[in-house]
Amino acid sequence: MRFVDEYRDPAAARACVAEIEHLAADLVQKRGAHLKFMEVCGGHTHTIYKHGIENVLPPTVELVHGPGCPVCVIPMGRVDDAIAVAKAPGVIFTSFGDMMRVPGSSQSLLEAKAQGADVRMVYSPLDALKIAINNPDREVVFFAVGFETTAPSTAVTLLKAKEKGITNFSVFCNHVTIVPPVKAILESPDLRLDGFLGPGHVSTVIGNHPYRFVPGVYGKPLVTAGFEPLDILQAIVMLCRQLRDGRCEVENQYTRAVVDQGNPKALQTLRDVFELRPHFEWRGLGFISQSALKLNAAFEAYDAELKFEVPGVRVADPKACQCGEVLKGVIKPWDCKVFGTACTPETPIGTCMVSSEGACAAYYNYGRFTKQQTVPVQLTSTPAKVG
Amino acid sequence: MGDLDGQDGHGGPPSREDVVLERIEAFRRRRPKLRDEFINSAHGAGGKASAALIDAVFLEAFRNPTLETMADGAVVTLPSGDRLAFSTDSYVVKPYRFPGGSIGHLAVHGTVNDLSMMGARPQWISAGFIIEDGFPIAELRDIVADMHEAAVKAGVEIVTGDTKVVDKGAADGVYINTAGVGVVPAEVSLDPKRVQPGDKVLVSGKIGDHGVAVMIARGDLNLEADIPSDTAALNGLVEALLAAAPNTRFLRDPTRGGVATVCNELARAAEVSVVLQESAIPVRNIVNGACEILGIDPLYVANEGKLVAVVPAGEADAAVAAMRALPVGADAAVIGEVRDEPPGIVIINTVFGGNRIVDMLVGDPLPRIC
Repeated sequence: MRFVDEYRDPAAARACVAEIEHLAADLVQKRGAHLKFMEVCGGHTHTIYKHGIENVLPPTVELVHGPGCPVCVIPMGRVDDAIAVAKAPGVIFTSFGDMMRVPGSSQSLLEAKAQGADVRMVYSPLDALKIAINNPDREVVFFAVGFETTAPSTAVTLLKAKEKGITNFSVFCNHVTIVPPVKAILESPDLRLDGFLGPGHVSTVIGNHPYRFVPGVYGKPLVTAGFEPLDILQAIVMLCRQLRDGRCEVENQYTRAVVDQGNPKALQTLRDVFELRPHFEWRGLGFISQSALKLNAAFEAYDAELKFEVPGVRVADPKACQCGEVLKGVIKPWDCKVFGTACTPETPIGTCMVSSEGACAAYYNYGRFTKQQTVPVQLTSTPAKVG
Repeated sequence: MGDLDGQDGHGGPPSREDVVLERIEAFRRRRPKLRDEFINSAHGAGGKASAALIDAVFLEAFRNPTLETMADGAVVTLPSGDRLAFSTDSYVVKPYRFPGGSIGHLAVHGTVNDLSMMGARPQWISAGFIIEDGFPIAELRDIVADMHEAAVKAGVEIVTGDTKVVDKGAADGVYINTAGVGVVPAEVSLDPKRVQPGDKVLVSGKIGDHGVAVMIARGDLNLEADIPSDTAALNGLVEALLAAAPNTRFLRDPTRGGVATVCNELARAAEVSVVLQESAIPVRNIVNGACEILGIDPLYVANEGKLVAVVPAGEADAAVAAMRALPVGADAAVIGEVRDEPPGIVIINTVFGGNRIVDMLVGDPLPRIC
């Protein structure tokens, strides 16, 4: 596949890995401990597991999977609220696919659908608006989740709905912002990280400037990275070089998509439609102030939380679940007591097991056994003659 | 792959990890548990949820040695000693017509292929229709014409049928059920238990065409791409394959759940490990592109005219050549091999030089949001 294969080239990967190995060996010798980098974004976690990046890295470099999976961070109480709206009479409830299986306190949207709720999977909020236009006698609600990556498309959809005077459309807004959870993680006392892979897609919108506090206040380097395997490896090289040179700054590996100042038009659209919530609960991380978006006063008429009765009951994360520690990189998925037994992709207890981008699900689905040697498959049947 | 070959022991205490991995495998080996109180779409998607439902409800009630093989169809032995393969499948695809075929083609090809995967020569087929009140007869006629065309081409006869009309809203247009019978030649002995380490895993062509074609034909993706479904009868291909590779151990058509699900079923049934080589798996560029955009993996996407075969290493070249000689098998390739460790697990060596597990999905592949 053109424009993709180039970023998966094994020869280029070997060169990157060799450099990482070399740089990390020197650094580890000086520091006396292996290097720990956190990839903030769930998309990165997915790439890392899908392509088996962890088992090409030297043992001196460890990747810690951060909180950037937008599906995983939605607390159970919000899923319950979504299901309550979906079950309201006359409602067509629309959602991205990977939100459908996320368990609330008693069921998921997929199960609510099986019991008769009209829940439909969409690929974009504009598709939800289209459904509203085609069903004027029904109330259509869009379950908005995601970081600054998906928030602009929700905003554009709302602007369009207002412009067209569509009144049977509303948004159950769960958009979150990336900087506050990164800050929360950096504040965590039990954390030891040597640097961050910055989220690529989010940064296409917000740019690189918002991360300046990471080196500035907390003294950790950050490299914004793309989503192909070579992007990740190159970003790790850049982090290692910063550590070697004693530099600590925000760098951009994903220059083909991200510019420092971000996308001013998208940012303006966000300001036009949303305002910050005073606080928002993150699954696994608890309440983080000013970490999420809600519709502003001008768009009140499109706010599903005002239009419908939502229970708004807070549901505590299950006790056995250690997602918070996994998200902060304090423990590895397999260190959790319920990992892989009570908590599996079929029956997730915690947030990290829910979406394929979650650290635990990615590890469960892709990562187990990958310590095995990658012995290439002999593709012709003629057995190789030895000696 | 030189220095990219597996490195082990990075981060975390490995001994503890190994203990956990063992615990997980013990859990996986248990029978799938049905926890749901109501049917949902995942139960029909061919993944873990389907397996749990079939095990807990159907197998529990009907249990017998023939059913317990859980293959694409049953093989029963007549008093004369001849063996018959018997299989059934229902078709509910929407839209009825998609690039490359229709529900009519699928209804015939699906049952012909299920019988073929038992090593049988499909001969007779039944057709049952459940039709919603108000369905246009012209459309039904077209679907039936497609069934006739497919049956003639596959060399099978539709010899019995049934029609039911249900109230408007009680069904969505038309559903078709077909069942079929075929004779299994005496020399054929397909059985996953005969699969051995060293055997090769083959696929008969480019994967994922049908699933992507139908997703695009549904029109809710706003994607335009010229991908026809691969729907085709495979009885001719199977005959050619079995003639060239008489010790073929296992055949399965990777419909719902795709090649990944078939490999998992194989790994579990034969208690072996299946190792795939990503670079060897034939996929159309355009299918790969559509999957990349949707965040799904072509390995899990449905096919309707492909088969996965396991043959002894010594017969693999002949098997590939025999399949490539036919149009339906033109892109046949060896995509992996059977190993003994770790049993029940499918691993893929990625193009990039790493590797990962290819597990069964819970339900339908759901597109990721970003």
